[in-house]
Amino acid sequence: MKASPYLVLALVLTVCFTLATGIEPRAATWSNRAKSDNVFSLLFGDGRRLFANQFFTMADVYFHSGYYPSVFDLREEGQKEIVEESHGHTDSPEDEIKEDFLGKPKDWIDRFGRRFRITKHTHLGGGNEREMLPWLRLAADLDPQKIETYTVGAYFMRQHLNRPREAEAFLREGLRHNPNSYEILFELGRLYDENDHDTDRARDVWRLALYNWSKDPEAVKDNKLAFEEITVHLARLEREAGNWQQAINWFQAAQKVSPDPNALQQRIDEIKKKMAAQTNAPAAVLH
Amino acid sequence: MNTIWALAGIVIKELYRRKDFYVLFVLTALITIAAGMVNFFDDPKIVRYVKDICMLLIWISALLIAIVTAARQIPAERESRTIFPLLAKPVTRGQFILGKFFGCWLATGMALLVFYVFFAIITGSREQYWPWLIYLQAIWLQWAMLAVVIALSLLASIITAAPSSTTTICFIAVAGILLVGGHLNTVALHQSQPLRTIFYTIYFLIPHLEWFDIRDRVVYDWGLVDWLDCVLATLYAAAYTGLFLLLTWFGFRRKSLNT
Repeated sequence: MKASPYLVLALVLTVCFTLATGIEPRAATWSNRAKSDNVFSLLFGDGRRLFANQFFTMADVYFHSGYYPSVFDLREEGQKEIVEESHGHTDSPEDEIKEDFLGKPKDWIDRFGRRFRITKHTHLGGGNEREMLPWLRLAADLDPQKIETYTVGAYFMRQHLNRPREAEAFLREGLRHNPNSYEILFELGRLYDENDHDTDRARDVWRLALYNWSKDPEAVKDNKLAFEEITVHLARLEREAGNWQQAINWFQAAQKVSPDPNALQQRIDEIKKKMAAQTNAPAAVLH
Repeated sequence: MNTIWALAGIVIKELYRRKDFYVLFVLTALITIAAGMVNFFDDPKIVRYVKDICMLLIWISALLIAIVTAARQIPAERESRTIFPLLAKPVTRGQFILGKFFGCWLATGMALLVFYVFFAIITGSREQYWPWLIYLQAIWLQWAMLAVVIALSLLASIITAAPSSTTTICFIAVAGILLVGGHLNTVALHQSQPLRTIFYTIYFLIPHLEWFDIRDRVVYDWGLVDWLDCVLATLYAAAYTGLFLLLTWFGFRRKSLNT
């Protein structure tokens, strides 16, 4: 008996269709990957997080305009400079020496080779900070849970590129992926305070940040710096708003974790002096 | 000299008849244009990542063209037996090697020129800035580096059995030198003897191709390399090219032409 090829084809198609209708609903539950709206999670699954770190490093490489240690160069492991910069840290002469990973040339090949390489430690400026943004965007797409990407990107956008609305949108995107992140809320508060001068919103956001920080046992144990940053900013905000007692309370809270409590005590003393001067002024008028 | 140029001309014709260059150029152009069209935070002035990607693709493509073209020259002539009438012209084996070398080098240079013109148009149209001198240095140094790579591939092609193995070995060797070559002295410092001596020996023997890679200077808008340093680097490349060609000639002189 010889079957017609058309009949065989029709039979195969029917079998395929029947199998597809049976298997498809089950297959949908096997993995969450197919449901993802992110092209990277669709392609790489959880492996994308490995690339995200690399792209975040690329942003730091661009920040240094290519002056960056390779895996062979000895350098103390620490925070990336873009992260430090977003926390207000600027390089001291000691830092500059520490970051000279090249050292003296080891031989004539090394010496001559340096004439073609970038051997000067610089940071991007004059609006060129925008060049880091593609890498931060990619890092955020690859690993939406990497919080530093949002805070660093937003910091450079609002502080150096005068683009607070894009910074806010980026932070809100980060917040959607990490609803309990006190770091993103802190950065959002800075945006409202420093760029929008919206004291009330900044206060609310920082208080929420503080609440989220207190609910995170890991942060309470290891990230005291975040607590200090939030409380000091809240104290400054209250001081500027004239709520001096509240400002003192926040500074005192910051003192408990600060590496330099004396500096904060000076600020408390200054506020107390102002408070005393204010209460003495009406008395002097009465006399 | 005319014999050498005649042989070189054939290699150049071969490059534009084959599809390798066109495929690589179209791939480079497509990837660069696609990358350039991505919108990051509505900022049209962002350009360095496009330069970075395009330069990387140019380097990979140029290396592929150089190695693949050079690796198949001598085996192809032997396999098709065209080497017998060629050497009976009379063409000496030295002229044959030099002709093949110059053909590959000039063909790669022409490909490189097309790639860099594309690079200059794409990046220049985006940032409205054409630093021609640094482009000139970048293309010259890359071309000088490719001379060493081509000579090395010709040498490898008379040692190994097939063009595919020559290509693989050369690509691994060149990529290794570019990525690790400059750091071998640092690696050697952390080794105990005799590994330290071995690493140092390799470090001082290999051609330091990484010197010729000034992509970072182009991408990050750093200034020009001193012209005297460019001349010295060119002489360095010429010395290694000469050495590899000499070794190829020695090897090829004694080699049986029958496959």
